[in-house]
Amino acid sequence: MAKPTFAMYWAASCGGCEISLLNIGEKILDVDAAFQVVFWPCVADFKYSDVEGYPDGYIDLCLFNGAIRNSENEELAHLLRRKSKTLVAFGSCAYEGCAPGLANLTTNAATMRTIYTDCLTTDETRDRLPQPLSMVPEGEIRIPVLYETVRALDQVVPVDYIIPGCPPEAHQIAAVIQAVISGVPLPAPGGKVIGAGTVAVCEECPLAKNVKQITRFYRPYELVPEPGICLLEQGLVCMGPATRSGCGALCPQVGMRCEGCYGPLDGQDQGARMLSAIASVVAAGGPDQDEAEQEHAIAAVMDTLADPAGTFYRFSLAHSLLRRVRVAEPGT
Amino acid sequence: MSPEHADRTRGSPHGAPGAEQEPRVGVYVCHCGHNIANTVAVDEVAEWAGGQAHVTVARDYKFMCSSLGQELIEQDIKERGLNRVVVAACSPHMHEKTFRNTCQRAGLNPFLFEMANIRELGSWATDDREAATQKAKAQVKGAVERAVLQRPLDPLYVDINPNTLVVGGGIAGLTAALELANAGYHVYLVERDSSIGGHMAKLDKTFPTLDCAACILTPKMVDAENHPNITLMTWSEVLSVHGYVGNFSVRVRKRARFINEELCTGCGTCVEKCPVRIIDQNFEVGLGYRKAVYRNFPQAIPKYPVIDPDNCTFFQRGKCRACEIVCPTDAIDFKQKDEIVDLEIGNIILATGYEQFDARTIPQYGYGRLANVFTSMEFERMVNAAGPTAGRVVLRDGVTAPKRVGIIHCVGSRDKKYHEYCSRACCMAALKFAHLVHERVPEAEVFNFYIDIRAAGKHYEEFYHRVLSEGAHLIRGRVAEVTDAARGPGEEGQLIIQVEDTLIGKQRRIPVDMVILMAGMEARKDARQVANLFGLGCDFEGWFTERHAKLDPVVTMTEGILIAGACQGPKAIPESVAQGSAAAARVAGMIGQRTMKMEPVRASIDADSCSGCRICNNLCPYHAIVYHEDRRVSEVLTALCQGCGACVAACPSAAISGAHFTRDQVMAQIEGILWDARQPEVLWLEPA
Repeated sequence: MAKPTFAMYWAASCGGCEISLLNIGEKILDVDAAFQVVFWPCVADFKYSDVEGYPDGYIDLCLFNGAIRNSENEELAHLLRRKSKTLVAFGSCAYEGCAPGLANLTTNAATMRTIYTDCLTTDETRDRLPQPLSMVPEGEIRIPVLYETVRALDQVVPVDYIIPGCPPEAHQIAAVIQAVISGVPLPAPGGKVIGAGTVAVCEECPLAKNVKQITRFYRPYELVPEPGICLLEQGLVCMGPATRSGCGALCPQVGMRCEGCYGPLDGQDQGARMLSAIASVVAAGGPDQDEAEQEHAIAAVMDTLADPAGTFYRFSLAHSLLRRVRVAEPGT
Repeated sequence: MSPEHADRTRGSPHGAPGAEQEPRVGVYVCHCGHNIANTVAVDEVAEWAGGQAHVTVARDYKFMCSSLGQELIEQDIKERGLNRVVVAACSPHMHEKTFRNTCQRAGLNPFLFEMANIRELGSWATDDREAATQKAKAQVKGAVERAVLQRPLDPLYVDINPNTLVVGGGIAGLTAALELANAGYHVYLVERDSSIGGHMAKLDKTFPTLDCAACILTPKMVDAENHPNITLMTWSEVLSVHGYVGNFSVRVRKRARFINEELCTGCGTCVEKCPVRIIDQNFEVGLGYRKAVYRNFPQAIPKYPVIDPDNCTFFQRGKCRACEIVCPTDAIDFKQKDEIVDLEIGNIILATGYEQFDARTIPQYGYGRLANVFTSMEFERMVNAAGPTAGRVVLRDGVTAPKRVGIIHCVGSRDKKYHEYCSRACCMAALKFAHLVHERVPEAEVFNFYIDIRAAGKHYEEFYHRVLSEGAHLIRGRVAEVTDAARGPGEEGQLIIQVEDTLIGKQRRIPVDMVILMAGMEARKDARQVANLFGLGCDFEGWFTERHAKLDPVVTMTEGILIAGACQGPKAIPESVAQGSAAAARVAGMIGQRTMKMEPVRASIDADSCSGCRICNNLCPYHAIVYHEDRRVSEVLTALCQGCGACVAACPSAAISGAHFTRDQVMAQIEGILWDARQPEVLWLEPA
């Protein structure tokens, strides 16, 4: 009997997801034994034309990591959707935009200016922006067009499953692949999260949690946290309460706040939920203070919270209620 | 937003009520006479609503709250099989109950009713007919979308504890306590001071009848002390309030009096023999003295004195014990400790009163700098026969009778710099003072400086004319300053009142030798803390907020917490008494029901989704959230929850939801309101 076919693709991503898959250790041999790899640019030499040559639905399992940042990403998203029976948004970029999605806080023009004009170490190529079409003696060269707005995979094509994480934890990947290999039925497709928990990270976090009253926020370098005590209580913006479990609360256990890479819980907006939770535990001054004084006290605490957008939406901006900043049209 | 969000408004499985019934919504747009119909095209809204999804019938009608309007709804529920009702009319504060009852009468669960407030939030807020109509449509759409997702809810019933706590032993609290006690219910009357009686106990005469204040107040005080249904707790303060209507747990601290009340006969020998004499800033407002062991006044209730350890020689230096030596019944107990008392209470009446505006705040009137400028409360004590001057009207030297007295109205009141409101009682008190000066110092001339004379009350205007006929000079104008800097002959050694007499249109300088500042009423300094303690609202000035300014003046937005007297706003004695009685009647009515129906709008935590982060733990103003250390989950105690939603909003993993305000319902309402909003423009660069 022919082995089921397997593909993995990277769109706008850092490559960490690929590493994480390889990090499942000797189980990678099971993957090789159980699947026939038909497309995996990171590890094997396949061309896009090979994929185009496959019949529709030829790929049994396709792990797609990376956000949709340019025309090439989008093209491959449509292509792989067509060719795959089961398409998995693998990792935070494909699921919710992740770090590439933070580009939605600015514009391409500004990004290009930073890289090619304002950057101090750029010399030879200053002001020479990449062009979609370049003429060289050998003929014309086309590169993908950079989109103004970064999107998650499911904002471009329907996705069957989501494996969250930046990157997904190896043991979670292993468990999903094991399940697929052994034929354990997956939940009905339709964008369901698999390979993760259904409760927030705090569930898995062994740090002692007390009633919270935050009087000041700290950035990670500003504070050596008290061991054994909830980091949020100590003023580190630990995203654990608003983040899906599944990672085993690895970061908070070693004194690093959860950054929220497993994304929101079902149907929630991670940043909005966390912000509203934070708003509820900021020390608002005493009851003897009048409203103006309390507002000042709250503002003083909130002023210590650096980079709110990058803190609350580090991973989920592209997929959130916010999506992107509005950019004024030129001349308005 | 995820795709699941998007289809919810389009009649997805979420949308079906109880999943077995198609939603059939009736929409009723109220004209409210001209109130709404003048600004909103009600017929257009109704016609449009009729074409919207889920809507079975849509009508507009002159007065939906009338019996005919309500019958319309009942009829449609029965004949058209409506299973949801939306009324677009006034605020739910006004008529939500009305229409819920309408639905209930027709056999529809009252929580399947939704109100869209197109009056306060629409027609009253603008003259723009088109905009108001458009907004009304959005509100109706939001209400329909929300109603579709509503679930039937059953009311909760709680038992009402028949005991009542009255906080404040002034005339309002005293009246409320006596009314309830006479009705046969037990009352705990907690007073911060050492005696009940409040401000009224300091007064000499009351306007306009010139009744002796003590003569009408002390019998009530004695009644309260002797009443078998009243537990008097003076020198006491409420520390904490937990629970909810019908079932409050209240902790009270009884401060140590250092007098054994069982043994004390109130003979007063200790007071007499105490060698320490200090200025009484409280009861005598700085005009008289008291001892370190003292009673506010001879008729104080209870009669037991208190020892003030800050000034008592024994407490300060470990010596003296004069009171202990002279006490015939060995009632002095220096070792007495504060006592904590826990009470189980059904309803709470706050009658915590007011404070007098600090006249020092207005430096140009000279109080505290110019000796013969007095506050109105100082003058009250001065004219009181039991006061520091035994009723003689004298200058600060204690012997000279004044020849010319200026009474300045509206000190701190009706002034945007201090308090914009009118303190209500001061005009009449000022006229009473004019009368009393004439009575006590017949040769003296009296000048009243007023903005307007506010003599609205039974026999008030008549009293004003009586004072005029007694020869008081009334000068209309706000006083610019009171100064002792003489400018001309006749002004030396006098206090000069500089004022524009607005009736003759001239600046005047009136020399007097005594000035009385009619300092207004303001909310107590700690009103906001008290409001937080009892969970009720305060307005900007610190007055407690009633549920409805006209129709529900003694009830607050917190069930079971009532207010009476000047803590709600400036009041004279008759209004305070009326409110005390009104609050007592409301409480008696509540106790009479024995059980009470409560809104089932409550939060609950899905234990499976709770990660135990404890963010919600200290948010609940009703202390309804408990944390189970063993299971590492939090829980909302339904009986304590008041449905405010603070925890629902705060829960970072959305494990807490509020019945009748679920996330689905709220999101559906928002999406309904935004029915015609443009989709956000996504900047989008197509591939070349």
